[in-house]
Amino acid sequence: MFDHILSILIFFPALAAMLAIVIDKDSIRSYGVAVSVVEFALSLMLWFGFDSNVSGMQFMEHYALVPAFGINYILGVDGISLFIIILAAFFTMIGIASLTDTKNVKNMIITLLMLQMTMVGVFAALDAILFYVFWELSLVPMLYIIGAWGGPLRVYASIKFFLYTFAGSLVMLVGMLFMAYFYYQATGEWSFALLDWYRLILPESYQFWLFLAFFFGFAIKVPMFPFHTWLPYAHGQAPTIGSVILAAILLKMGTYAFVRFSLPLFPDASVYFMFPIAIIAIIMIIYTAMVAYAQEDVKQVVAYSSVSHMGVIVLGTFAMNVEGISGSIFLMIAHGVVSGALFLLVGVIYDRRHTKMMDQFGGLASVMPRYATIFGLMLMASVGLPLTINFVGEFLSLLGFYQQSHTLTLLAGIAIIVGAIYMLSAYKKMFFGEVTIEENKNLPDINKRELIALIPLSIITIWLGVYPKPVLEPINNSVEAVVQLMHDKSITEEAKSRIPNLKLEDPRTSAQEAN
Amino acid sequence: MLEPVNVSLESLNLMTLAPMLIPIVGALLILVVDLFKANQHKSLYVMLSIIFLAMDFGALLESAGMFAEGGTMMGVFDVMLIDGLAIVSQFIIVGASMLFIPLALTHSRFHEFSYPEFFALFLFMISGFQFMVATDNLILIFVGLETASLALYTLIALHNRDKSFEAAVKYFTMGALAAGFYSFGAMVFYALTGSVEINQIASVLEANNYADIGYVLVGVVFMLASFGFKLSLVPFHTWAPDVYEGASASMAGYMSIVPKIAAFIVVMRLFEFMVHSGIVWLETILYVFIVITMTIANIWALVQTDVKRMLAYSSISHAGFVMAAVMIGTTQANSALLMYWVLFAFTNLGSFSMLWISREKGLEAHKGSDHSYDKFAGLIKTSPFAATIMALFMLSLAGIPPFALFWGKLYMISSAVNGGYTILALIMALNSAIAGYYYLKLIIYMFMKEPVIGKDGHVYAINSTLSLQTIIGFAAIATIFAFLFVNPLLEFITAFVYNSGY
Repeated sequence: MFDHILSILIFFPALAAMLAIVIDKDSIRSYGVAVSVVEFALSLMLWFGFDSNVSGMQFMEHYALVPAFGINYILGVDGISLFIIILAAFFTMIGIASLTDTKNVKNMIITLLMLQMTMVGVFAALDAILFYVFWELSLVPMLYIIGAWGGPLRVYASIKFFLYTFAGSLVMLVGMLFMAYFYYQATGEWSFALLDWYRLILPESYQFWLFLAFFFGFAIKVPMFPFHTWLPYAHGQAPTIGSVILAAILLKMGTYAFVRFSLPLFPDASVYFMFPIAIIAIIMIIYTAMVAYAQEDVKQVVAYSSVSHMGVIVLGTFAMNVEGISGSIFLMIAHGVVSGALFLLVGVIYDRRHTKMMDQFGGLASVMPRYATIFGLMLMASVGLPLTINFVGEFLSLLGFYQQSHTLTLLAGIAIIVGAIYMLSAYKKMFFGEVTIEENKNLPDINKRELIALIPLSIITIWLGVYPKPVLEPINNSVEAVVQLMHDKSITEEAKSRIPNLKLEDPRTSAQEAN
Repeated sequence: MLEPVNVSLESLNLMTLAPMLIPIVGALLILVVDLFKANQHKSLYVMLSIIFLAMDFGALLESAGMFAEGGTMMGVFDVMLIDGLAIVSQFIIVGASMLFIPLALTHSRFHEFSYPEFFALFLFMISGFQFMVATDNLILIFVGLETASLALYTLIALHNRDKSFEAAVKYFTMGALAAGFYSFGAMVFYALTGSVEINQIASVLEANNYADIGYVLVGVVFMLASFGFKLSLVPFHTWAPDVYEGASASMAGYMSIVPKIAAFIVVMRLFEFMVHSGIVWLETILYVFIVITMTIANIWALVQTDVKRMLAYSSISHAGFVMAAVMIGTTQANSALLMYWVLFAFTNLGSFSMLWISREKGLEAHKGSDHSYDKFAGLIKTSPFAATIMALFMLSLAGIPPFALFWGKLYMISSAVNGGYTILALIMALNSAIAGYYYLKLIIYMFMKEPVIGKDGHVYAINSTLSLQTIIGFAAIATIFAFLFVNPLLEFITAFVYNSGY
């Protein structure tokens, strides 16, 4: 069954969603949980079957879709995508399990399962058009989740989210078509297969333009400053489950795509744009951290801190060495876990008080001790406390970039301190002091359903913070292959010197062995 | 005393006429049936039409087989030209007509379908379009164009409402103007070259190396204006939204597909050689037309309050998008045009049919159509299935993968990229993003708003019958599973277009 496990992982939730249409709405929640548990188990099987010593693609599937135009159905995972797929399955599972009472719960669960299909599809696709299909398709369920279950400005927020991303990805599509055209000119064959594209060495000027076209699509998705304005709206209006999935998985599509497309396809352009992007990333880290400090709504604090951390991920990615890229991928997972958990925690208090304003709280630590403990843990992880999951990723990302530029890394390091300030001050406002508002005195502490979601997240946060090796090692192997590929492909002196030569064997041959 | 003309029957190659004659015979048969027994149920005429269209389709398959073996066929004093372009476009014309005609079987009774003349005119119109695409003789194109257009004006007017008469008269007036332009353009080309055959015109113009470039410009401008009206390119589009609004929804959907593909084929035949001759101003004119049509129509569509008018403007924008293929002029672009139109036919006919099933009778006098956005509010709650299908068509029109129109857009933008039109490719892509907004608007009304009080699902699907559901279901399935048949479609179209030298 390992031959088709990726197809199963992608289409099982979609099929289950179709069948869910006939299920009675009172039983739909159990159905959703059952399906997502099976899906998660399948994703664990994927990990089990994964050979972490192989750096190339595994579980490859290959079918012709539109052979006349070089479009194929190609799937595969390596260490880079494996854990994000598991994370997607995991978050859908706990998202559905902890789903609070919502109207139209049936539509919500069908939509979540559809969304899961697209998420897994994006990370498993190895054909540019297939990737694009899932990438675009993922907008539709998210649009519905924000627009139908969101806050007062939900329609505006959902449209903004959709159009922003849609516009960016259409530019990316033009870039993909150019890439295929260059491939056609070089080889006489149409192909959108990523592994074919990896073999193509493009002249520098082409790389710049294509890099920019792809960058436009990815940067909006990440979202990078100054394209980030859709995100606070989306987070502010989205229901808890929407924010969780958005922060934990959907944003990772952008940073993942940088690693999968931009770096190996355009190594020279990546080096050329390294410093501009690093500066944008640092602006993003510092600016959004400052904005977060000014927020009164706790969800906005988490949202802006989430953007801020995405900046660190981008910085690590563009360090172009093994430490930086491995760190950024690890941080993607860490950020998924931690900001997902923080959004869940905000949802917990919102369900009780129907407000997210921090001045409405205060002294919650005495009323809800368990809630305060978990919130505190996640907050510390978000700040990057050693022995928590975020620390590993942030440290490696910054270490990687330190080799490229000391000053910029130092600046980015400062931002982490700012991060600590706004997070701790938010925590102080919410949890410490006297309980001033009458309604807060009798708030119930976390219930079982919420614990189901939060306990595993807490365990992961500490476990991977203390012992990241099981995850870091497969990532590292695959990243080494990517870095080596970049080094081999780069043509300028600058790029050759910036991208380390690991003296590995040709990664493409190992990719073929894995088949 | 004149010599008797001797023509052997075989050299006429009358088989080339067969696909056009079948619908004419069908139309006459319907009229004869009516002579013998009047006032019969519309289902009889619908089925007779389908039978003849199916026979027409069969005859086309026959010609396709002959083309695949022997290449381009000429017939009837070399007036008929059956090449790949003609065959593929006739497939689209007849196929879309077969999807359209069962839409007459509505639940409510509508005035126009009680007349057998409606169906007879419909079949005459189809043969008109078939003549138009299967010749390169400017006179026969004109005859086909006018046969089809006059029948179409009548079909619109038969939808017995004030707005329909207005629409028909408006369309007729504009159409008459376009016909005038066409004949002027044809005259100029005849004066320049002494021929009304497009390939003769091309070779004469090329032989004297476009010596009379000023006259060519005049001819081109007249032709472009004429087809601008037919294809509703901005600024010749003004009739389109009003006519779509006045016509019945199903007819509007039909009008957005079949007349336009016929006109596109003629435009391709007419402009192809000039585009390739490297006349700069022609490229500039076309470029401006394309960009303006795509963009302005999109912006107008943003502000519409009526779904049908929105779809009308979106159809204009799609026409502009596809017009780019004529300018790019490569085999890939021309194939992309045809492929786009096949996929567009399914999606657009589907979405107009979704409007059609909700058409109520007894409309207030001041209202042009009863398809305001409000009508769709909260549709997911009252009839979730209809809402999902409508959303599907909207997503497909917006070019969201993997639905049908995405593949058309992909191939079209790719042809722009490969043809060296980078800026155009970007404009096309960004226009798709603008268009995303108004398609989303309908989705938002359907999925995220509360239903208007007093409207339950029955009112929405008031016209729904089994045959309408079948057509919509067919269109929806074709839209979803487009990725399965895109490859054979692409190979078929590319082979046919390539072998006819475009």
